[in-house]
Amino acid sequence: MNITQAILEALESLNANRLRAGLTMLGIIIGVGAVIAMLSVGQGAQATITSAISGIGTNLLFVSSGNMTNDVRNPKPLTLADAQAMADPLVNPDVAAVAPAIQGSADVSSTSQKTRRNSIIGVTPEYFPMQNYTLTEGVFITQDQVLGQASVAVIGPTIADQLYGTHVGVVGETIRISGQPFHVIGVLASKGGSSFGNQDNRILVPISTAQVRLIHRASTNEVDQILVQTTSAATVTQATDEVSQVLRQRHRTPVGIDDFTIFSQKDVLSIATTVTGVFTIFLGGISGISLLVGGIGIMNIMLVSVTERTREIGLRKALGARRRDILLQFLTESSMLSLFGGIIGIILGWLLSLLIGRIAAATGNAFNPVVGINSILLATIFSAAVGLFFGIYPANRAASLEPVEALRYE
Amino acid sequence: MSAPVIHADKLVKVYQMGEQQVCALCGVSLRIERGEVVSIMGPSGSGKSTLMNILGCLDLPTSGDYTLDGEAVSELKDDQLADIRNRKVGFVFQSFNLLSRTTALANVELPLRYAGMKAGRKEQARAALDSVGLSDRMTHRPTELSGGQQQRVAIARALVNNPAIIMADEPTGNLDSKVGKEIIALLLELNRKKGTTLIIITHDPNVAAQTQRIIHLRDGLVEEV
Repeated sequence: MNITQAILEALESLNANRLRAGLTMLGIIIGVGAVIAMLSVGQGAQATITSAISGIGTNLLFVSSGNMTNDVRNPKPLTLADAQAMADPLVNPDVAAVAPAIQGSADVSSTSQKTRRNSIIGVTPEYFPMQNYTLTEGVFITQDQVLGQASVAVIGPTIADQLYGTHVGVVGETIRISGQPFHVIGVLASKGGSSFGNQDNRILVPISTAQVRLIHRASTNEVDQILVQTTSAATVTQATDEVSQVLRQRHRTPVGIDDFTIFSQKDVLSIATTVTGVFTIFLGGISGISLLVGGIGIMNIMLVSVTERTREIGLRKALGARRRDILLQFLTESSMLSLFGGIIGIILGWLLSLLIGRIAAATGNAFNPVVGINSILLATIFSAAVGLFFGIYPANRAASLEPVEALRYE
Repeated sequence: MSAPVIHADKLVKVYQMGEQQVCALCGVSLRIERGEVVSIMGPSGSGKSTLMNILGCLDLPTSGDYTLDGEAVSELKDDQLADIRNRKVGFVFQSFNLLSRTTALANVELPLRYAGMKAGRKEQARAALDSVGLSDRMTHRPTELSGGQQQRVAIARALVNNPAIIMADEPTGNLDSKVGKEIIALLLELNRKKGTTLIIITHDPNVAAQTQRIIHLRDGLVEEV
C-alpha cells in the first residue's frame, strides 16, 4: 500500500462517517483557530504599542529628577540651566536638541464654556519636533514668545472641541487658564489616545510663562522633565553618558548615586515588547490547551473507530495486510482529520482576527491583528503533530490485533 | 505424484484457560494434494476453527510442522504470515466480510493492493468478478447486492491472487439452500477450471458429500480420513 492509496482510503472512511469526522475536526478547528486568532491579537498589540511608542518621537531620552532604584536624599530639581548645559554641542556631541518641560494642571475656560481642569505643559520650541507634533492650523510657540513670557497657547484638538465645539478656525480666540487670558496661536493635529495618555487634550504654553504664572514651584527656574534628542538611534548610549556626566557635575552627586533618572525610549520599547511578548505567549498557551483537547478528541474517536472496525481489521489482515499497512491506514486517517481541521482552523482564525480588527476599529482603537506566516506554520505543524501523536496509540492498537481474535469479534 | 499443497504433521494447539491447559488440536496430521476438494466436518468444539486458522496461516500451532505449498509456516513472523496469506490463501467466510463502504471491484482489488501490485489491478479484479458471473455488478456496493452475490464477490476476492488454496468457512451458512447450492457449485466449478485446492469447513452433510474427501474432527483429533 502506498501513501496515495492510504489517503484515498482514509478519505473514503472519513466520508462514510461525515458527522463524526466533522465533530472531531471541530475540536481541532477551534483549537487552531483560537491559536491563530490569539497570536495575531498578541502580535497586533505588539505592533500597535511599538508604533505608539515610536510616535512619541525618535531617539528620545527622558531626564527627570530623583532616582527610582536607589534612595537618594534631597535630589536636586532639574533646572533650565541644566537643560542649557546639556545642549552644549562641544561638551555633548551626541545631543541634537534639548527641550525642558514643566507640567501641571489648571482650570481652563472660554467665554462660552465652563471651566475644566486640564493638563498644561510649559515647553520651548524644540518640544514640538521632538514629540512629532503637527498643527492643523496656526503656528508653534517661538523662542521670542518664550523669552517674552507671552500669553499664548497651542491647544490639542480635544480641548478645542470642548471649548468651541470645533477644532477649525479656533486660532485667534482667547482662552482663560487659571483665570488669565491666553491667545490661541495653534491647534495640534490629532495623535489619538495611546498607552501614555491622551495627547489630544493638552495645552502647551511657553515654558517661561508656565513657570512664572501657572505652575508654581520652589524656584521659577525649575523644570519637571528634560527631553533630549540624540543625533541618531545609534548614539543613544553615548548621549545618555554625556547627559549623565553633565548632571553629575552640576548636581555634585557622589560617585555611583545619581539624583536623576534617564529613561530612553529604547527602555520603554524593550519593556513594552517584553510585556506584549509575555501576553502573546499567554494567549497562545491558553488557546494551545484547546488544541490539545481537540487532539484528545481525535484519539477518542480513533479508538472508537478501531473498536468498531475490529472485524474489518481482522479481514484486512486475513487478506494479507501487514502491521504497517494497518498502522498507516489509521495514522493517515487521524492525520487527515487534524490536517483538514488545521486548514479550516487557520481560515477561521484569520477571519476571527479580521473581525477583532474591525471591532477594534469600530470602537475607536486603531489596532491591526497580524496573522504572521510563522503563526500559521506553528499552528499547522502543531495540529499535524497532534493528529499523529494522538493517532499513534489507536493505530498501534489496531495494528497489533490478532487476526483470529479480530475476525471472531462481534 | 507432486508434493502435497498442505502437509501438516502432528499439529498441536494448546490454549491456556486460567490454570488449565486445553488442547484444541491434539496432534492432527494431514496431507492434501494439489487440486483436491476436501471438506472438514465435526461438532462444535472439535477444533475445526482452530485447524482452519492454522491451515490458513492466521495462527501458528503450539507444536508440529506445517508446510503450505512448499513453505514451512510454523516458524514465521507476523508480517511473513501476512505475506503467505496474501499470496497463497484465499478466504471465504460465512458472513462474507466485505467492506461495505467500497464497491465490489474495490473489494476484490484489496488483496492485490496489499500484495503491492501497481499496474493491472483493476483488470485482474474484473477478470475475477467475471469468473464468478458478476461482470454487471462491479460498481455496486455490498449493501446493494443479495447474499448470494455478496458471497460471489467474496469468492472472487479469494481467488484474485491465484492462491494455492481456498479456505471456505461455512460458505453457505448465511444463505438459503438454493443459493447455497449455487455457491458450492461455483466453488467446485472453479476448482475444475483452475485446479485451485479447495477446503470447505461445513456442518452440512449435503455440502460435504459433494467433496472428494471428508475429514472428520472430534476432540482435536482426526477421526477418519
